[in-house]
Amino acid sequence: MRNVAVIGVGMTKFGELWDYSLRQIFTMAAIEALEDAGCSNRDIEAFYVGNMSAGLFIGQEHLGALLADNAGLKNIPAMRVEGACASGGLALREAYLTIKAGEYDLVMVGGIEKMSDSPCTEDVTTTLGAAADQEWETFVGLTFPGAYALIAKAHMERYGTTKEQLAMVAVKNHKNGKNNPKAQFRREITIEQVLASGIVADPLSLLDCSPISDGGAAVILASEDMAKKFSDTPVWILGSGQASDTLALHDREDLTSLKATRLAAEKAYTAANMGPKDVNFAEVHDCFTIAEIVATEDLGFFHPGGGGKAVEEGLTEVDGKIPINPSGGLKAKGHPVGATGVAQVVSVVEQLRGEAHKRQVNRAETALTHNVGGSGATAVVHIFSR
Amino acid sequence: MMQNGICGIVGYGSYIPRFRIKIEEIAKVWGKDGSRIAKGLGVVEKSVPDMDEDTITIAVEAAKNALKVAEIDPSEINAIYTGSESHPYTVKPTASTVAEALGAVPCVTCADLEFACKAGTAGIQMCMGLVASDEIKYGMSIGADCAQGKPGDALEYTASAGGAAYIIGKNGCVAKIEGTFSFTTDTPDFWRRDGAEFPCHAARFTGEPAYFKHVIGGAQGLMDKLGTTINDYDYFVFHQPNAKFPLRTAISLQIPTEKLKEGLVVRHIGNSYSGSSLLGLARILDIANPGERILVTSYGSGAGSDAFSLITTDLLPEKRKNAPNVDDYIRLKEYVSYALYAKHRSKIRGI
Amino acid sequence: MAHLESVPMFWRRMKSLYSLIGVECLNCGKKYFPPRLICPECGGKEMKDYRFKGTGKVVSYSIIDVPPKGLKYQTPYGLAIVELDEGVRVTGQLVGCNLGEIKAGMRVETTFRKIIAVNKNGVIQYGYKFRPEGYPRINNGEKK
Repeated sequence: MRNVAVIGVGMTKFGELWDYSLRQIFTMAAIEALEDAGCSNRDIEAFYVGNMSAGLFIGQEHLGALLADNAGLKNIPAMRVEGACASGGLALREAYLTIKAGEYDLVMVGGIEKMSDSPCTEDVTTTLGAAADQEWETFVGLTFPGAYALIAKAHMERYGTTKEQLAMVAVKNHKNGKNNPKAQFRREITIEQVLASGIVADPLSLLDCSPISDGGAAVILASEDMAKKFSDTPVWILGSGQASDTLALHDREDLTSLKATRLAAEKAYTAANMGPKDVNFAEVHDCFTIAEIVATEDLGFFHPGGGGKAVEEGLTEVDGKIPINPSGGLKAKGHPVGATGVAQVVSVVEQLRGEAHKRQVNRAETALTHNVGGSGATAVVHIFSR
Repeated sequence: MMQNGICGIVGYGSYIPRFRIKIEEIAKVWGKDGSRIAKGLGVVEKSVPDMDEDTITIAVEAAKNALKVAEIDPSEINAIYTGSESHPYTVKPTASTVAEALGAVPCVTCADLEFACKAGTAGIQMCMGLVASDEIKYGMSIGADCAQGKPGDALEYTASAGGAAYIIGKNGCVAKIEGTFSFTTDTPDFWRRDGAEFPCHAARFTGEPAYFKHVIGGAQGLMDKLGTTINDYDYFVFHQPNAKFPLRTAISLQIPTEKLKEGLVVRHIGNSYSGSSLLGLARILDIANPGERILVTSYGSGAGSDAFSLITTDLLPEKRKNAPNVDDYIRLKEYVSYALYAKHRSKIRGI
Repeated sequence: MAHLESVPMFWRRMKSLYSLIGVECLNCGKKYFPPRLICPECGGKEMKDYRFKGTGKVVSYSIIDVPPKGLKYQTPYGLAIVELDEGVRVTGQLVGCNLGEIKAGMRVETTFRKIIAVNKNGVIQYGYKFRPEGYPRINNGEKK
């Protein structure tokens, strides 16, 4: 089995990118990644792109071929990978596995979503609802925020997690996002502002939720030999883990924890021969504030129910004991669904190279990325190191 | 039209949505004296369906209650007729959805009926024919409506929502049908053209030549046929567009008001159109003792009446406990403003 | 949103939507809603129809203020994960009581309501929602 490294990263700004189409956004990210890696489009041997729902958002399927073409990657194997909001992380894992197995030496991984071309919020809500059980959850009125609201309510009932603690996650991530030039939101917010931002699905308010965003990200993965050819600062993937769970939230064993995250993390830690204590910082899937709290528990950073208190005590701040989402997370950075899993890698690589400037984590040697699909039916975890 | 009591009501069920709007609340919008109007109509408030309720959902709920009272397997119901002025589809029956929801499919005949407010009782007569001829074991007829009240029109005060279902059969009857008689002419007192959103009516013409002529004609005609008189009946139920009309009918026929008032559900829920007389009858069945006689006469504009003579049986007191009764539905209420009412009834442009 | 107007997609699920019909694994007895072809527990492939009673309790609930397509005029609405008495969980809207009366743990029963009708000319899709158990004999959310 061979070692795999990330040798180049690129991402567009996330936000409402009215001027650019899906294919333009991705191409921009791809160009940046190629330049960062110092390789040419002709060097890439294969292409995996994560995207949740271009079909529903803009009527476009077959993204592997479309985007390989647009990014100047001629005739290579190209494939779109889908696992709802985990699409990016899954694309990363697919590419990683192919290099590990010796099939390719240099692969581009992309993540892309164009959400603002939808005519209205209702359409976006319904499309995102396709990440849930379309027939038995979305059809009867469950929305994506609604699913996490049910999780939040259950977590609050069992562990006493408070709305204020949820708000603190948003406040922290906005503070981090302010220092991220690519973030959708670059302004700080207060707890009071979060609590007063209008209920989306009780108890989640607007500012508890990640935004509707457009954006693209790309990373170049290389085998060990290839990495040494192109990069002085390769970032190694030490472990990768993936798991699935029942699609419908009502079929899960426990509403306060995502089993898929726990299983995926276990596999990644085992592969990397590490535990949660060995991770310096993490980019986790905070599609909603409660998701970050649950994730930190499921990933083993805090005990079950301890995630809320940890945020309150500042343990997850950029200068805290275990910085969570120093990039601003999905909340402030933005959440173009399919791009997120790859954007997390971009953020991690910048940190591990010491290039994160104002949001630099001290002693950034190892990192973890965590990407979830839907309300927890898919989870994929990767561990990186310098 | 002769029957000799060989079939009857095996089960019955009602359903009234829980929202209410007061007559006075409606009157405020049109600058009228609400308490005077309420007094004149004898109606305090009317029922309003929820945003996700319609004639089909009301029919299903009433039908399920009827099934509980009847204590029969739904697959034994081989005819289902639904009568309404507000079928959600003009083409595609309410009755087949009810049949599917009850589990009566596929060995069942279904059709939707329309005869203004008496479509549900016409369905009962149809079931009687099929049952008495042994063509089917049980038949169900439902009268249900989410009535359309034209904004600012007199009928807006009373057009409400509700329904009742009746299962007709030979065995296990809670009330026997001694006979039925109908009185029909072509009298255009109230109508709604195809595609029109709200019905129209001929104002005072809807009284004497329409309602009173046919209701009295129907009731009297039934009594003549059966050789019964007012004194033979313990309860009377007439179609209730308001409380005034049935009370005047009672005076005309010299019926003591005590025999009428228990069935006057209109006071609290308004006129549920095809549900009106059937809900009134349901309330009587909720409180009557065995061996009591009921004369119920529906009225449908256009115009006609269906009159039935019923006599309750020993099975009634126990079987009716299986399902909620009319008073349970009347008691559960939540008031809405005119604005919310307009939203619920899609009277706001753009909804 | 073509799938919201698909007639076969709705028609195929009618028995489950109208009458809460799921399946029971003939091998191990576990029940499922909606119907499945294979039992994830024992791998059994023989299933028989099972009609759930429709009564249960609210496990967790939320009030949805930002709805998916077609539900704008029903918003805000209560939405819950309900654990049916047979042990199976389903998701459904809560109706028949005020939003403030909804509590985790409250007993509920099914009712037949309109789920969605995306446009004035399309097929109306009906199905199950939940209301306080014992409706209408309820008083402020507690059974009278």
